[in-house]
Amino acid sequence: MLKMPKSITAGVGLVGFSLLAASAFGAVALEKGETINALWFIAAAVLNYLIAYRFYSAWICAKVLVLDETRATPAERFNNGRDFVPTNKWVAFGHHFAAIAGPGPLIGPTLAMQFGFLPGTIWILVGAVLGGCVQDMVIMFCSTRRDGRSLGQMARDELGPVGGWAALIGSMMIMIILIAVLGLVIVKAMKHSPWATATVLGTIPVAMIVGLYMRGIRPGKVLEGSILGILLLLGCVWFGGVVSGSESWRDAFDWNDMQCAWFVMIYGFSAAVLPVWLLLAPRDYLSTFLKLGVVFMLAGAIMITAPEVKMPALTQFAENGMGPIFKGSLFPFVFVTIACGAISGFHSLVSSGTTPKLLANEKEIRMIGYGSMALESFVAIMAVIAACVMEPGVYFAINSPAGVVGKEAAAAVATITSWGYPVTVEQMNALAAEMGEKTLFARTGGAPSLAVGMATIFHETFGGKMLDMWYHFAIMFEVLFILTTLDAGTRVGRFMLQDLLRHVSRPLGDVSSYPATVVSSLIFVAAWGYFLVQGVKDPLGGVNILWPLFGISNQLLAGIALTVATGIIIKMGKLRYAWVTALPLAWLATMCTWAAIEKTFSSNPAIGFLAGANKMAADLAAGVLPPDKAAAAPALIFGQRIDAALAVLFVAVLWTVIFDMIRMSRRYLAGRPVPALSESAYSRTQLEWARG
Amino acid sequence: MSAALPADLRKLWEFMRSVAGDDAYERYLERHARTHPELPPLTPAEFFADEQERKWSGVSRCC
Repeated sequence: MLKMPKSITAGVGLVGFSLLAASAFGAVALEKGETINALWFIAAAVLNYLIAYRFYSAWICAKVLVLDETRATPAERFNNGRDFVPTNKWVAFGHHFAAIAGPGPLIGPTLAMQFGFLPGTIWILVGAVLGGCVQDMVIMFCSTRRDGRSLGQMARDELGPVGGWAALIGSMMIMIILIAVLGLVIVKAMKHSPWATATVLGTIPVAMIVGLYMRGIRPGKVLEGSILGILLLLGCVWFGGVVSGSESWRDAFDWNDMQCAWFVMIYGFSAAVLPVWLLLAPRDYLSTFLKLGVVFMLAGAIMITAPEVKMPALTQFAENGMGPIFKGSLFPFVFVTIACGAISGFHSLVSSGTTPKLLANEKEIRMIGYGSMALESFVAIMAVIAACVMEPGVYFAINSPAGVVGKEAAAAVATITSWGYPVTVEQMNALAAEMGEKTLFARTGGAPSLAVGMATIFHETFGGKMLDMWYHFAIMFEVLFILTTLDAGTRVGRFMLQDLLRHVSRPLGDVSSYPATVVSSLIFVAAWGYFLVQGVKDPLGGVNILWPLFGISNQLLAGIALTVATGIIIKMGKLRYAWVTALPLAWLATMCTWAAIEKTFSSNPAIGFLAGANKMAADLAAGVLPPDKAAAAPALIFGQRIDAALAVLFVAVLWTVIFDMIRMSRRYLAGRPVPALSESAYSRTQLEWARG
Repeated sequence: MSAALPADLRKLWEFMRSVAGDDAYERYLERHARTHPELPPLTPAEFFADEQERKWSGVSRCC
């Protein structure tokens, strides 16, 4: 199937390349010694992306999509100097990558390392080149051929109203769960950490100063404003250190998890109702620059320090499903834990509707669609490395919730050591002191352990005595762009909600009315706030409930996108190539359904929502719960039943869309009427520079 | 080398401005002059206010 290399040299190069790739993969997969160097991960990853990009993406573009460089893109045809603008391909690549790369590929892989490094790494590498990159590229192609329309519109046009509704509900549900789980990650990073809390609070006035600067003082000077903002952000990290060192200030910033949760909710609501230029837009600029900077810095630092990966390839939790961070075995849970980095449905919302309006030429779809996702997958590999270079015992001590390993430090280290991952209280205390934290035990959520890994790598690269500064810089970096996703997501979610409310009440659906904005924002924040509070109160740390639910909803959206793409490929008369999207779809639908069934119906109360609710109800009735737990129990029982209903709803929506597509395809193949291919008519491009 | 360097640096600077969106207003003016020169263009402040409102009203960030 591969495009044949044109010359002998190319052939020899290909063989050599493949051997190199195979040996790098082999080194990662077959290592039997104590440790393995992180550079092997980098080598395996880079070769994997290069080969897939050079051959698989080229083949898809030539045979399946048949990109046509003479065809005018929507950006050219509708050029309005605003959202439709033919853009230099590297600039468009930068915009697209900055839009798709969020905190997901950093957190999911960190959590999945409880299975050992191998399952997550293989899924990130294979899932990206066969699934995620393909999804992003094909959806971008479909949208570009359809005047830059969104996934929801394409689902409606190509499949019919059922597909359209499913895409709308899917996108809104993923938004709610995503924001709740990201909020939980922030809570776990901030709780009882005056340094982190003070730093995070400091970023809010910084964003506002930058907003005022770009609005009033030097309108539109984004670079200047951002450089100013980044300097101020570094000042915030320093300021947090001062607060944490001061007896009198420390207590004011020492918040428990419910206080942190309230902060996150109030922040999300304020950001959604304040004018965008004041908080949302400037924060987005800052987090984008910081994100790109830190990602490249981390890649450089890993290359320089070449750290050893200490995590075993596989842990016992892969098989027994009793991992401390989340329950359930490798199959299917690694595939929903790592969504972003392998395949993320959310990308299909940017790949349709947003980026296609920037493309100057169709052939750039390959680099921007496939290439950006490969780069995001590489970010996930770096998160894997950062999580695996610390001692496994330390990784588990940071990430295991108190409800699993015990509240007291001595009990926690004893449990973790008994699993075969030795760690001591002294070691953890010394580490916490080095990082400028009171404790690092039970900081589930991925952010603190990633920050410890990043701080260690940066510290080794740059030397000096600033481990605590690096740790809080890493925390600030993570929180900054989680908050960006959180406030941008709340705003978009509010628009989606108003779009639905329009059918119920006209005034509430009016996006330009301020009271309607406030009411609908309040409803949307209450929706994700409900799940956030449930996660905070959950005795097993919340991640166990919310992260799989998030993964399932993200994969559900990917499933809808791949279904729409498969339907379009079939209607293009390319049934024999439909496996390009149908294969990843089949894999995702299987894993997603399997995970949802386990999360709902498993008889193990730590995995199944219903069993968990029933066990808690039985404990409550038997009176074996301590008074504080008993008071929280009824809400938690009800919450777990809601989670069960959601998981079932996700799967139902996914299969409805899949069957709708199959029904439509069968009608098409039988020659009966179906919604016509909604591709816009061909017109020849006049942009010679973009054909180059 | 010494002659090529400033040109390369300039290109890099232009590229960064372009990625950040610093040159959006210039591009707008240029296009405005071409398409409807009879109308007065927006001021920089008005233009950026409009742009920010537009950019952050759709899905611009993923997880």
